[in-house]
Amino acid sequence: MEHSIILRMNNIVKDFNGVKALDGVSLEVTRGQVHGICGENGAGKSTLMKVLSGVYPVGSFDGTIEFEDHEVAYKTINDSEHDGIVIIHQELALSPYLSIAENIFLGNENATRGVIDWNKTNREAALLLARVGLNENPATKILELGVGKQQLVEIAKALSKRVKLLILDEPTAALNDEDSTHLLGLIDHLRTQGITCIIISHKLKEIKRIADTVTVIRDGKTIETIDMKGPDATEAHIIRAMVGRDLNNLFPPREPAVGAEVLRVENWTVHHPVDVARKVVDGASFTVKAGEIVGFAGLMGAGRTELAMSLFGHSYGTNISGQVYKNGTEIHMRTVGEAIQHGFAYATEDRKRYGLNLIGDITVNVSAAALAKLAKYGVIDKHREYKVADSYRQKMNIKAPSVASITGKLSGGNQQKVVLSKWIFSGPDVLILDEPTRGIDVGAKYEIYGIINELAAQGKAVIVISSELPELIGICDRIYAISEGKLTGEVDKADASQETLMHYMTAGKD
Amino acid sequence: MTTTTPASSKAPTEPPVKRRMPRLSINLRQYGIVAALAVIVILFQILTDGRLLLPGNVNNLIQQNAYVLILAIGMVIVIIAGHIDLSVGSVVAMVGAVAAISMNNWGLPWWGAVIVSLVVGAMVGAWQGYWVAFVGIPAFIVTLAGMLIFRGLTLVLLTGGTISGLPAEFTAIGAGWLPSFLGEVAGRDLLTLLLGILTAVALIVFSLRTRATLAKLDLPREPAASMWTKNGIAAIAIIWFAWLLSGYSGTPIILIVLAALILIYNFVLNRTVFGRHVYAMGGNLFAAVMSGVKTKWVNFFIFVNMGVLAGLAGVVSTARAGGAVASAGQNYELDAIAAVFIGGAAVQGGVGTVVGAVVGGLVMGVLNMGLSILSVDAAWQMTIKGLVLLLAVAFDIFNKRRAGGR
Repeated sequence: MEHSIILRMNNIVKDFNGVKALDGVSLEVTRGQVHGICGENGAGKSTLMKVLSGVYPVGSFDGTIEFEDHEVAYKTINDSEHDGIVIIHQELALSPYLSIAENIFLGNENATRGVIDWNKTNREAALLLARVGLNENPATKILELGVGKQQLVEIAKALSKRVKLLILDEPTAALNDEDSTHLLGLIDHLRTQGITCIIISHKLKEIKRIADTVTVIRDGKTIETIDMKGPDATEAHIIRAMVGRDLNNLFPPREPAVGAEVLRVENWTVHHPVDVARKVVDGASFTVKAGEIVGFAGLMGAGRTELAMSLFGHSYGTNISGQVYKNGTEIHMRTVGEAIQHGFAYATEDRKRYGLNLIGDITVNVSAAALAKLAKYGVIDKHREYKVADSYRQKMNIKAPSVASITGKLSGGNQQKVVLSKWIFSGPDVLILDEPTRGIDVGAKYEIYGIINELAAQGKAVIVISSELPELIGICDRIYAISEGKLTGEVDKADASQETLMHYMTAGKD
Repeated sequence: MTTTTPASSKAPTEPPVKRRMPRLSINLRQYGIVAALAVIVILFQILTDGRLLLPGNVNNLIQQNAYVLILAIGMVIVIIAGHIDLSVGSVVAMVGAVAAISMNNWGLPWWGAVIVSLVVGAMVGAWQGYWVAFVGIPAFIVTLAGMLIFRGLTLVLLTGGTISGLPAEFTAIGAGWLPSFLGEVAGRDLLTLLLGILTAVALIVFSLRTRATLAKLDLPREPAASMWTKNGIAAIAIIWFAWLLSGYSGTPIILIVLAALILIYNFVLNRTVFGRHVYAMGGNLFAAVMSGVKTKWVNFFIFVNMGVLAGLAGVVSTARAGGAVASAGQNYELDAIAAVFIGGAAVQGGVGTVVGAVVGGLVMGVLNMGLSILSVDAAWQMTIKGLVLLLAVAFDIFNKRRAGGR
């Protein structure tokens, strides 16, 4: 097979309101190869693929794209699909109540004057299913299929569009081992049929097994392109390229004063709420002491948030088992209310969806988790409520004209401070902060770190979940690594390096 | 927390802090609907050559629309929480039937019938609340089913006929007036005038006391000029209203009931934990769950409450009609829902007030009455009311877009 270049992306720059998500990324993909793209969460991988596929239309970014030796200007996803570029997103985009065949040809129906030829549709769908190795009736509804099979339907749909370049974003993140193996085999098979494939993955073992070439992206820049048949094709090398960044003085100084054990979790196991057989958290055991900041490092989908939410009043998952001890006594938290009563607080990862009443003002958000403290016989003391909210506005330096400002109009950093105020006011002993600085600018991050330090100094047990390894290393006393639902490592601050953590975080079940 | 946030040095970029009248933007919406009511009243007063505000018409405005206002108070809570209740019209009819039967067949006194009515309402609410809150069926479906179920049960109870000849004490709830204890002066009921003056004074005293408390606690308060204008206009309106009523038959009993309901539910929504939870669930259900709100129980009680108020509306409309009819309460749910949305509630939940809902109900009532006085055909009345609802909500959405797009 000739080795021509099928895709060239030159010097792509894309910014969101002044924040550069891509800062001069270049990418060359050889025809007929599997090209891996690696990088930390937020490095810009998905943004790059959205630029390529026309989700971000031409003109909304700088740089040029050449596909099959022609410069292209995609305005919509349809334009790129017309050229044979198909992207399969992490969140599958199938319609659950339609059949496999209907989904494959959705938007591209075998129809004459609006009337669908069902025989042709089902016949062609069956042929496509055979190509991806899925042994199902094309009339089966999507909701009857597991995630792995749905992934195959997505690929069959791509094949129906005469795909030349198939882009898979984290295709195995939600799959079990067997489905993953099957999928990787299919990608191998497609390669022999001349279909070029870009695969974004955190799982370096998979990348190493399947990719011919790997491009590493970090902070919106191309760092390195590695020939996977060459001498640099090691996981260690890729990890170094992914994380190699200096830790400047991004973190306020702190003198840890660690006391007695506050929280001990033993053998915590959580099953997926729908796919009940799958363990999302698998026998996790850990401890947190008073005044200690403990980090949880894990890649997306590793089970970090699921661990936190299941602890916090069984907010996630089914068939939850394991023991939780607080100050040496076993406790049970079956509802969020019980968790709050036991002195737990959980600042959610997605603050807009789970953390804030965006149409409410700062006051109602700050008091939301501890209204009982402000009420007598069910009647709220609004004057005290205002004073409490206003004192947090000042202490936390929430930049808003008054506590009557609507939280939906605040910046991300200030919204996060409102969330933290809410949980600090609830008077917790154990605070779980899930991605406390996601989407927040550097200055506000520094302030949030200051607040976290202060909480630890007050003797609270603080858990920080983060995708940003420098952040965890910068603020935590101890870091647990989680991978595929299991705690795969525990590292003290002194021994913590991004390479070590990434090693544990990418550790497979084997 | 004695904060060590080192970035407080960055604070100078903070906008200058203005702490007066923090709720101005919210209040403006509320004033908007009050202003709209005033405009509609003045418009029809001109169009009808002053007949709209004749004492008899003002009295009828209250007695005819009491059921909508009562239902709207329950409905605004349902809608703030992000639900809807389509069954209230049928519940009104069924409760009316039960009340009539309890008096005419079982020989209950009027107050016994009222208690039975409220209990039946609560049971209906508990039934619907159970399906919505604990089974998780959308309220639209549950109450659509309820609309059919309770209308059907009404027909069963009345076996197609009507029950009339209810005790006078009972019909007085909907169509009677407070007795004229204090006599009359120049043909005007003194008690009504006195109640009007007392209400106006109470309003001003209450505002002044609230202001004094705020000042003592060093909390922000609205400027004195704004407060005096607002309360001054309200006080004059109340006394003028009392003056009109005193020239007819005095104070309708239902007006006292309504005033009590408005005060109680305004307090419940603004000052209690329950009310706050309702707003929190409508604003962001997930965030409410993650803050420890017992959302299922809150939803359950919202529907129980709606049921009790629908029961009360059933008592009131049966009392006014003087008997129970199987076709009673038709389209009442639509009137109540329209009142709530005209009063500024948001379709997606989280926004709405009792006062807004009541004013929205009065807007519909004045429209009805004004158009009737002008002898506008019923078909056109319906068309105009529909357009008003659409425009009121469209106006609200334009406003929000303008405010959000800055």
